[in-house]
Amino acid sequence: MDVSFLLTQFISGLTMATLLFLVASGLTLIFGVGNVFNFAHGSFYMLGAYFGYQFVSVWSTNFWIALLLSGVCVGLFGMLAEFAFLRRIYGRANEGGFQILLTYAFILIIDDLVKLTWGAEYKSLPRPTGFGGAIQLGDLFIPAYNLLIIAIGVIVVVAAWWILSHTRPGQVARAAAVDREIVSVLGVNVPMTMTLVFGIATALGGMAGALAAPLRTVTPGAGIEVIIDSLIVVVLGGMGNFWGAWFGALLIGEVNAFAVAVVPQWATLFSFLVMVVVLIFKPEGLFAARKVRKV
Amino acid sequence: MTNLGTRNLKAASLWAFIVLIFVLVPVLSTSSYQVNLACHVLIWSLFAVSFNMLWGITGMLSLGQALYYGLGAYSVGLMVDHLGRQWYLPAMGLGLLAAAALALLLGLLVIRVGGVYFTMLTLAFAQLGWQITFKWYDFTGGDDGIQGIIPPGILESGTVYYYFVLAVVMLSIWILKRMAFSPFGLVLRCVQQNPDRVRFLGRRVRRNQLRVYVISSLFSALAGSLMAGVDGSIHTDMLFWTTSGEVILMSVLGGINQFFGPFVGATVIILIEDLVGAHTEYWSLIIGIIIMVIVLVFPKGVVGEAMRAKSLLAKTGEGR
Repeated sequence: MDVSFLLTQFISGLTMATLLFLVASGLTLIFGVGNVFNFAHGSFYMLGAYFGYQFVSVWSTNFWIALLLSGVCVGLFGMLAEFAFLRRIYGRANEGGFQILLTYAFILIIDDLVKLTWGAEYKSLPRPTGFGGAIQLGDLFIPAYNLLIIAIGVIVVVAAWWILSHTRPGQVARAAAVDREIVSVLGVNVPMTMTLVFGIATALGGMAGALAAPLRTVTPGAGIEVIIDSLIVVVLGGMGNFWGAWFGALLIGEVNAFAVAVVPQWATLFSFLVMVVVLIFKPEGLFAARKVRKV
Repeated sequence: MTNLGTRNLKAASLWAFIVLIFVLVPVLSTSSYQVNLACHVLIWSLFAVSFNMLWGITGMLSLGQALYYGLGAYSVGLMVDHLGRQWYLPAMGLGLLAAAALALLLGLLVIRVGGVYFTMLTLAFAQLGWQITFKWYDFTGGDDGIQGIIPPGILESGTVYYYFVLAVVMLSIWILKRMAFSPFGLVLRCVQQNPDRVRFLGRRVRRNQLRVYVISSLFSALAGSLMAGVDGSIHTDMLFWTTSGEVILMSVLGGINQFFGPFVGATVIILIEDLVGAHTEYWSLIIGIIIMVIVLVFPKGVVGEAMRAKSLLAKTGEGR
């Protein structure tokens, strides 16, 4: 195995890790702030890919505008889902179970709506102009589009971190995660905050979908694949831990990239293996915050 | 107030009535198709009732029971395919053993995590099982599935096999019911209500969760192994996540807090599926909307809402 092979796989792993992290960070955000597990998060990712296809391939919109629009559209969908449906079951006994059921229903409905709108056959998206080729480093060729995804990922992550820690809405969201009641007593509209957080998180997922579309084919059923991958990422990192999710994404991205190169048929097994090993030794994840147990 | 004796009698006669209907199906039906449909109802009922031991009673929502259902089916299918028909019944037994072993192993991993993550990890492992079955073409037949699984001896006759299924399903549901209403079942209910208190009272929560996980998986595998001989073929779809979803739908539709809810749910869903034409292209849209309506409007399910209506009627009767 020579160095250029290793480096190529490393970049491809980093690309996948970035996309996974964009999805997983949204999942973590919703879970952290609202204690809601959005099982349909992968479906919003898929929806983003289809919006990307619609804007770029059908309406020939500029790629960058399409990317933003896909995020906005998916975010609006997410806000609608939270506002019209999920909100009705907050506080119900056995809420966790009903959350999963309701978001499971979203998956089924979104899957079929996508089939109704765009058909069941595979769709593809061209890469944006200027990023179709590869960049040469010595005797190494790195696809420019992969570098672009990694760069966008870094920007989004830094921006999300900055919003959460340095702006008032971010602080409100973090405070709501700790104690909703106190925050609402202080005059913050918590339900509204929750809807907004849901919108931002699903928009992140939708953008990831549109970004990934030129690399992977766009197909119905992609949602469930992504949700399992990002779940593994979230579990690895320690649930609800932003930087843990980042590390988890990096690990799974790289493991996958090298497994695909070495044993393509069984590549998917490796991320599960990593998860099993982590679960055996650290069931609470690698970076779990110490939990306060209430009895 | 009804006393316990008459209530037991009532339950027993209802039970006997249901069994009688199923016994009469092959006698009254005009085609083998109806017998086959009744067979599907019975097997899915067993699958749904055993799934509900986990969710309705213990509060552990598994989205991966298709793994054990498929394991049961593939144990029979693979052994009959590779070794011959005489292996049919031993394969059922081995399938159950394999399911118990796998459930024990995976249960040790997933139960420690708990909550929503339990659901997601069960889903993840089931999808892993589906992928292996799907891709290991040489051994499992991959996407082609396995055809020509014919039960041995007198079981080859559709009617005899139907009665075999009926006997196994009824016996299994009876065993599960005994468990659900035993002290063990009581502990499981308490685990759902307040695990910390159960722990405080000296019961081991995880051990009980693991037990019920293994038991539920065992009966799911039994349902799968029974299914192998019904249509004579099995397919990777049995392991796909939508199978686990369907069994959840049956439970919510029937009512998860009633032992017989999933039985009713399974019957309704199988009959609806049959009416709508088994697999219309947009079946999942219909399922999705049904689930949403139940979750938002009738969270107690058919049997639960019926019980509530009955108690409301009884109250107005007393008031007069």
